[in-house]
Amino acid sequence: MNIFVLMKRTFDTEEKISIANGKINEEGAEFIINPYDEYAIEEAIQVRDQHGGEVTVVTVGNEEAEKELRTALAMGCDKAVLINIDDDVEEQDQHTVAKVLAEYLKDKNPDLILAGNVAIDGGSGQVGPRVAELLGIPYVTTITKLEIADGGKVTVVRDVEGDEEIIETSLPLLVTAQQGLNEPRYPSLPGIMKAKKKPLDELELDDLDLDEDDVEAKTKTIEVFLPPKREAGKILQGELADQVKELVHLLRSEAKVV
Amino acid sequence: MDFSLTKEQQMIKEMVRDFAEKEIAPYAAKWDEEAHFPLHVFRKMGELGLLGLPFPEEYGGAGGDTISYAIAVEEIGRACGGTGLSYAAAVSLGASPIYYFGTEEQKQTWLVPMAKGETLGAFGLTEPNAGSDAGGTRTTAVLDGDEYVINGEKCWITNAQYARQVIVTAVTGKDARGKNIITALIVPTDSLGFTIRSNYDKMGVRASNTCELVFENVRVPKENVLGDPQKGFNQFLYTLDGGRISIAALAVGIAQAAFEKALQYAKERIQFGQPISKFQAIQFKLADMAMEIELARNMVYKAAWLKDQGKSFTKEASFAKLFASEMGFRVCNQAIQIHGGYGYMKEYGVERHLRDIKLMEIGEGTSEIQRLVIARQLGC
Ligand SMILES: Cc1cc2nc3c(=O)[nH]c(=O)nc-3n(C[C@H](O)[C@H](O)[C@H](O)COP(=O)(O)OP(=O)(O)OC[C@H]3O[C@@H](n4cnc5c(N)ncnc54)[C@H](O)[C@@H]3O)c2cc1C
Repeated sequence: MNIFVLMKRTFDTEEKISIANGKINEEGAEFIINPYDEYAIEEAIQVRDQHGGEVTVVTVGNEEAEKELRTALAMGCDKAVLINIDDDVEEQDQHTVAKVLAEYLKDKNPDLILAGNVAIDGGSGQVGPRVAELLGIPYVTTITKLEIADGGKVTVVRDVEGDEEIIETSLPLLVTAQQGLNEPRYPSLPGIMKAKKKPLDELELDDLDLDEDDVEAKTKTIEVFLPPKREAGKILQGELADQVKELVHLLRSEAKVV
Repeated sequence: MDFSLTKEQQMIKEMVRDFAEKEIAPYAAKWDEEAHFPLHVFRKMGELGLLGLPFPEEYGGAGGDTISYAIAVEEIGRACGGTGLSYAAAVSLGASPIYYFGTEEQKQTWLVPMAKGETLGAFGLTEPNAGSDAGGTRTTAVLDGDEYVINGEKCWITNAQYARQVIVTAVTGKDARGKNIITALIVPTDSLGFTIRSNYDKMGVRASNTCELVFENVRVPKENVLGDPQKGFNQFLYTLDGGRISIAALAVGIAQAAFEKALQYAKERIQFGQPISKFQAIQFKLADMAMEIELARNMVYKAAWLKDQGKSFTKEASFAKLFASEMGFRVCNQAIQIHGGYGYMKEYGVERHLRDIKLMEIGEGTSEIQRLVIARQLGC
């Protein structure tokens, strides 16, 4: 089976994030594999181990992403591809990344493509579905279970706001991984040592027969800001009826939500 | 000169940190309280290849360098000092001597399963009456036909209760000048007459297993001699040089954990209307702690690098061990000071670091012995 994983290097949102010149300050930020992509990588490895084939992990990013690709190789992926468009495309958005990935994938005959359901930085959840649309293959998002029968029939369990939806579909297919799909493995030491010997290809826009214009961002970022600091809460006291009155008053006059 | 870690070293650091934060740190206080040796964690570390980190692939290892090994010890030690000590002892004392001095057959028999994480090993040098003065070993091994017969006692031997074999040093004769000839022997722990007890109630590193060994006419085949039968003494000196790098790394890890807690606490604790981290007295403590930890870490990496380059590293390993353990004690002590009364309470988890780190100034050569080693290297 020809399996691809779409992976993003993101900053760790559990670490402190600061903003400088309207952008997230990358100095001192910790970078990781997008956690949802880790589920995708783990699932890809499990599918390969069960059905045979090869797992290629692909990222659109800069040289820094080599570490995350190597980590995916250390976990067990077979090949890695780094598509570096930083020099060619200044403004990038989901359209850019999806277009680049689809262009890369279109002649690779993928049977299965796995991605994270959302990246924890941008949080749009668009790249996976967009790639599937561009390739003209079915996709299922936020999956928590994947079963591929020998005949090629695929059964997917999808998380819908806490409920489960069971979907039957077929290959080729793109799925995006939700928490609960699996427990990603740690890269083992022999895995880490072997990762440096596995193939890691680097491609640029030119290699994909794409022009800047084809992938120019379709959205514009107006402003980037941190959420307001959480104010201390207020605990109302007194008779219940008075508390309710006070609450309604505060919701009107202070919070201005009703 | 290049101070950056390689990609592999970075990946190892992240993997071990991730593993230690999830599988070790949340339980460290409990293991400390109950003096529990987390055998299952060693199984998992084995599966990840951590127990074979610095050994070549042909012996079941991962082929990592000493710097990567030091990084792994630091990260495990940052989560739990006791687990860190047992990890460092398993690799540096249990397995390394067989890798350094063993025959091919001994490596296949004893090293490969350890490197794969299937078994643990221990190293028994210290005796009730021979600590710093290891040359004063009293345990004896007498050749009787094709077997050595061992009698004597060892104390404070890390991991022995869970080990498949212990490398034991014993006196096998006297040289021309009348000095003891010390030989190292590989002794399977299921040998007849070999008793292993673990009843010590330790101050710190309580998750580490520490044992008393008693040998009563224990017989091992003479093929179990490790290395040159005349040179057991020099062999363990070399082994300890390597082990000191790992103890230094462990001290850095414990100190790092204490520092992180102190820094966070200082930013949160309000006195006189502001976080105590705004007081210069506290800031200076934190600045010193951060600086000393980084200096020690650099010395650990340098000693490890020298070892990887095949250069002499005796003096630098002692520098690293001596400085890291003493700075670690200062850092853990100040971390409690910054916490005030809360730091004195077990609940806050900083007092454990001080108890754990104290061992670093004692094990694998006390601070006094490190100064002796350094002075000797200076030609005194
Ligand atoms: C938890 C734990 C785990 C251990 N694990 C192992 C293990 O796995 N294997 C093993 O073989 N051993 C192990 N040890 C033993 C450890 O290596 C010894 O405790 C250490 O070498 C010191 O020996 P000692 O305790 O007999 O102290 P002593 O040698 O009696 O020293 C007492 C004091 O005198 C000082 N002193 C001694 N000689 C001199 C001198 N010439 N000049 C100046 N000062 C001197 C010392 O520095 C120290 O301060 C372990 C110990 C502990 C506590």
